[in-house]
Amino acid sequence: MTTTERTARQAASGRLASSKRRPRSTPADAALMLIGACFLLPLLWLVLASLDTNAGYQTRLPGNASLTNFAAVLTPELLLRPLWNSLLLSAGTATVTLLAAVLAAYPLSRFQSRFNRPFLYSILCGTCLPITAIMVPVYGLFVQLRLLDSMPSTVLFMAATALPMAIWMTKNFMDTVPLSLEEAAWMDGASGLTALRTVVLPLMRQGLGVVFIFVFIQTWGNFFVPFILLLSPSKQPASVSIFSFFGQHGAIAYGQLAAFSILYSIPVLVLYVLVARGAGGSFALSGAMKG
Amino acid sequence: MGASKPFRQQLRLLPVVPSVLLLLLFLAAPVLWSFHASFTNAALTGRNARNPAWTGLDNYERLLTDSAFPASVFLTVVFVVASAIVGQNLLGLLIAGLMTRARKPVSAVVGTAVVAAWVLPEIVAAFAAYAYFSKDGTLNQLLAGAGWSGADWLYAFPMVAVVLANIWRGTAFSMLVYRAALADVPQDISEAALMDGASGWQRLVFVTLPLIRSSIATNLMLVTLQTLAVFTLIWVMTAGGPSNTSTTLPVLAYQEAFKFGDIGYGTAIASVLIVLGLVFGIAYVRLLKGDKR
Repeated sequence: MTTTERTARQAASGRLASSKRRPRSTPADAALMLIGACFLLPLLWLVLASLDTNAGYQTRLPGNASLTNFAAVLTPELLLRPLWNSLLLSAGTATVTLLAAVLAAYPLSRFQSRFNRPFLYSILCGTCLPITAIMVPVYGLFVQLRLLDSMPSTVLFMAATALPMAIWMTKNFMDTVPLSLEEAAWMDGASGLTALRTVVLPLMRQGLGVVFIFVFIQTWGNFFVPFILLLSPSKQPASVSIFSFFGQHGAIAYGQLAAFSILYSIPVLVLYVLVARGAGGSFALSGAMKG
Repeated sequence: MGASKPFRQQLRLLPVVPSVLLLLLFLAAPVLWSFHASFTNAALTGRNARNPAWTGLDNYERLLTDSAFPASVFLTVVFVVASAIVGQNLLGLLIAGLMTRARKPVSAVVGTAVVAAWVLPEIVAAFAAYAYFSKDGTLNQLLAGAGWSGADWLYAFPMVAVVLANIWRGTAFSMLVYRAALADVPQDISEAALMDGASGWQRLVFVTLPLIRSSIATNLMLVTLQTLAVFTLIWVMTAGGPSNTSTTLPVLAYQEAFKFGDIGYGTAIASVLIVLGLVFGIAYVRLLKGDKR
């Protein structure tokens, strides 16, 4: 298991605050609160500006707080279609990734083979590949193969970039499902893949949910990949359209930019909370989130 | 049985094929294509886009002679060392350490604030950082409140702005790693040291840090890799400017390939980054292997 996964599991299982015997100190509280305030300040602007019709870059309480900015960006052209594209890209990528990862993880988790260790270590090495570095060659390759500006090929590419981490996580989740249950299914004459579908997958639902949401959040927030691979505005997800909006109107409509940012961020914040709270011990969001 | 057994074993590996195809087509192929294109004069448009010519080591020679490349390497090193190795890493350790001593609700609230900056989509985080550091942004408001006159951070000190922004954006990761690592440190060891009269600092340096050293190594490796690949934050905040004073390697590769249309030169820069990533990746795998033994 990678350190990041271990981290995340423990983060959720409540072992962090186990040091009940240790005295709690006020200086530590004060120092932490100061740090927390520094982290919140840049976000405070986002919230206040979104409610302020005359917003600038200053952080201030809006003179006349209203939802005008939200109403202004809530048009099909500006927000709804880009959000729909984001949803298509993220759900598509997460589905493809999960399918491929489950299939790949099954033999890696269940059968001993000379092929397993080298494969897993190459996968782990693949998680370290800086994706921003390969975007220039990917663009070149997509031009040669005529794959540019196509949603399906973008989905497949993003699935490939998410796959190393997804296979690694899925295999670790699958390793926790005891083999004996499956052996019973084999005795009854079920084939490997039937046993996978009827016995193993239902038992690791939570883990599968974590992998799906993990890939979904990562794709939803990704800016650089669709920025390079999707050219026509009608196909661009919110991350790219918000950037062009910023370029065209951002210098004037700060409030609308903030409102757009908030509406675009809400889905991933909700999903993150869902995973962090709901999935309990299997919470495994790791740092690969940053595209 | 003798002939069929290896065959059946091979058949069992069949479900791995879709993943292998995806990885080969979309990760391995671009990496190989990158090395190939870096030896050509491939261009974004025009004649060299259709029929790039083999130019040998020209692009790599240009890397060494072009003053933009060494400057960019220097900025990348500054960015990684200042924002990841020093900033995120030490601040993450500090927050995690404070959390073991602070009251539970305080830890929970502050943890949420730190994680929020990290979970937000990268473009939103970049806008928020842009607003924060802009001339009449929040930072200058705070400084004015304290009686100092601020600066136009994004133009006068672009590296300071992007380094601080990246610390803000990425510290959550180190914090989570160190929270888990510190939770694994047995209480009684630390208490035994306390009995022996070790001060807080002595316990940290001689007891706690050695116990979590493998987490420290892994964390350093991962935050370095993540920071090496940062593009969006810098692109939105400064676009590498003014006059290339915040152009790290990913930004330089993007500019050469897409702004100046020189795919060959852009892929040469990308290839350097890929090799760096692979070196770190192999080191990371060895570290984990060593961990298991």
